[in-house]
Amino acid sequence: MSDTLPKTPMLDELESGKWPSFVTEIKMAAKRSPMCRDLLGQLEQSYEEKIGYWKHGGIVGVMGYGGGVIGRYSDLPEKFPNISHFHTMRINQPAAWFYNTDALRKICNIWEKHGSGITNMHGSTGDIILLGTSTDQLEPVFDELQKIDFDIGGSGSDVRTPSCCCGMARCEWACYDTMAACYDFTQTFQDEIHRPAFPYKFKFKFSGCPNDCVASIARSDMSIIGIWRDDIQVNKDAVTEYAKSGMDIKADVIDNCPAKCMEWDGKEINIDNSYCRRCMHCINVMPKALAPGKDRGACILLGSKAPIVEGALLSSVLIPFYKMEPPYQELKDVVERIWDVWGEEGKNRERVGEFIQRVGMGNFLEAIELEPTAEMVAHPRENPYVFYEEYFEEEEEEEEEEEKS
Amino acid sequence: MAEPQERRTDYGPPHYEQFLPPVIKNNYGKWKYHEIMKPGVMVHVAEGGDKLYTIRASSGRLLSIDKIRMYCDLADKYCDGYLRFTSRHNVEFLTDKKENVDPLIKEVEDMGHPIGGIGNSISSIVHTQGWIHCHSAATDASGVVKAVMDDLIEYFVEMKLPGKLRIALACCLNMCGAVHCSDIAILGIHRRPPKVNHEKLNKMCEIPNVSASCPTAAIRPATVDGKPSVEVIEELCMFCANCYTVCPSMPLNDPLNDGISIWVGGKVSNARAEPTFSKLAIPYLPNNPPRWPETVEAIRNLVELWAKNARKYERMGEWIERIGWPRFFKMAGIEFQKEHIDDFKHAGLTFKRSTHLSY
Repeated sequence: MSDTLPKTPMLDELESGKWPSFVTEIKMAAKRSPMCRDLLGQLEQSYEEKIGYWKHGGIVGVMGYGGGVIGRYSDLPEKFPNISHFHTMRINQPAAWFYNTDALRKICNIWEKHGSGITNMHGSTGDIILLGTSTDQLEPVFDELQKIDFDIGGSGSDVRTPSCCCGMARCEWACYDTMAACYDFTQTFQDEIHRPAFPYKFKFKFSGCPNDCVASIARSDMSIIGIWRDDIQVNKDAVTEYAKSGMDIKADVIDNCPAKCMEWDGKEINIDNSYCRRCMHCINVMPKALAPGKDRGACILLGSKAPIVEGALLSSVLIPFYKMEPPYQELKDVVERIWDVWGEEGKNRERVGEFIQRVGMGNFLEAIELEPTAEMVAHPRENPYVFYEEYFEEEEEEEEEEEKS
Repeated sequence: MAEPQERRTDYGPPHYEQFLPPVIKNNYGKWKYHEIMKPGVMVHVAEGGDKLYTIRASSGRLLSIDKIRMYCDLADKYCDGYLRFTSRHNVEFLTDKKENVDPLIKEVEDMGHPIGGIGNSISSIVHTQGWIHCHSAATDASGVVKAVMDDLIEYFVEMKLPGKLRIALACCLNMCGAVHCSDIAILGIHRRPPKVNHEKLNKMCEIPNVSASCPTAAIRPATVDGKPSVEVIEELCMFCANCYTVCPSMPLNDPLNDGISIWVGGKVSNARAEPTFSKLAIPYLPNNPPRWPETVEAIRNLVELWAKNARKYERMGEWIERIGWPRFFKMAGIEFQKEHIDDFKHAGLTFKRSTHLSY
């Protein structure tokens, strides 16, 4: 294999234009890395033939861990021997993806020495993705990661690496400390992250407010979304400032309120907070004037997932309001009970949301010892096919009466 | 193999506190408000008056270590050595020094990373691996994203849209990118049932598992040429590829039939309307590398149609909900076909069950 880059006329076309080019990135790394040169060659062939050339997985990993490394092998190893192995390592990102340059440079140095030199910052779940290395380099990478205190993330049927928004670090709307909670849960469930023992994956995502910047309601089995219970805080002077600066408060704010719980009389905003749905629109539009209330916590929702296998789901309300205070023990107890039930009864590759669809939310709530509440449903059932579990027999009826009296 | 150090496991990620710049540590949980100063730049103001400037730059998600080191050089020069990434693959430079903002922007732009993606704009496209790294991809990911964003760059670097627009791409129905709640979702699709490799199947896969993996019960055990294998009832196959995920001998990848579908109107945020799934707009567009012109054109049309017709703050789905789907299809010039009508579980809930129609 020569040091020169392979001819890639189709990929080269993706180096023009204003958006950053991934082809340019691979070429930068290819100056050093024979893996990246072969990657370019194989990718060009994919572009010519409109099909991918990666084999179907393979079980590789580091000692003591059951997940975190995605085995990947080229389907064209004779032609592209340097990517005959091209495994991905998932590295647990620091909460909310904050770094200092010292830590980032150390990761780069490890990946220069032991891998392809290309990464994803970050993968969809949140991990640092180190993209492409050979089986014999997995242990050395992990050795080096230990020295800089970075650990491996989740893959397979385990707790996937939790992720969170930047919360209190840089957002006035954070209704709880997302980064602290994400770090705490990640540490508490290290064993569950690293050793797959579930029917399928389980994701946690921590969003500080209902704007949900980490898409937790769509992308995590347990969505922990910040919310408040008391009144929206109003700074009257700042409202006046917005009005003076030309904001059409009626059109931009009041008319967009889904609960129609606000009024603007030209001078003051009046909110009937008991009807407010905490949607965030008014606060988003007037961040200087309006803010979430002071009695803050999180709404806990359960069950979202992408389509595979039985169709996509959004998370639905499990606990309408929970004070997110360390060590979050009551919530963790609920999590453990969910895992017990789903771990025992769930089918292979059945996410918890699908499991609930199959066994029924009512039965599921009984099993995890939570009381049903009206906040859990968009509306009560429309069909009359109720699964009553018990009925009276005539003689039993008398006994029941006696017991009651 | 040398074993000099004690092997540690399960220590988790480094604690985030060491990665927070002093201005953040000092004002953690004490931010008062923020303002978008210009595209891609915002200032957060703390209760005590401290200010934090954020400069958000695009990135192609796939980054070389060379580029990460260049980011580090800039963070060292302008941001006391701190930076972060966003949930949509952007990089953010953080500084408390206002005078650093413009020189930093210039250097980031000179490096080839446009600044933007905040407020009423298109943020970076969340996407998957595609042909760079995945076995089940029905299209490439990075290439399509590059082509689409080259075309839509004006909406990233400016804030001239009615509201936020979130685009995501997943290269197959597994949706590692979880695109199913996006204003516009680009989804790679297979359209040919699995080509069963009867030679290898029994050696590589457990037949009951393969059979059970099919959500429509289209796969049943069969003996083919004397070998235990499976057969696929092709008219029941909806190309989800779950069988391929559990068994490598059931590949669906097929250059003649794979392609892209476009979905619209989903959102994740609770602002105004509730979070909702994206719905099918265009059932199929061909894979046409390296620049996927059909996909690029279709998405530009959708973006511009929405931008022209939506009210302020109205997301794609809120706008369509207001005008009605029949009008959307007419305005978009998209032919409504059989494929647009759901026929999986609970399909009936998606039928129009009223006479609330516009003519």
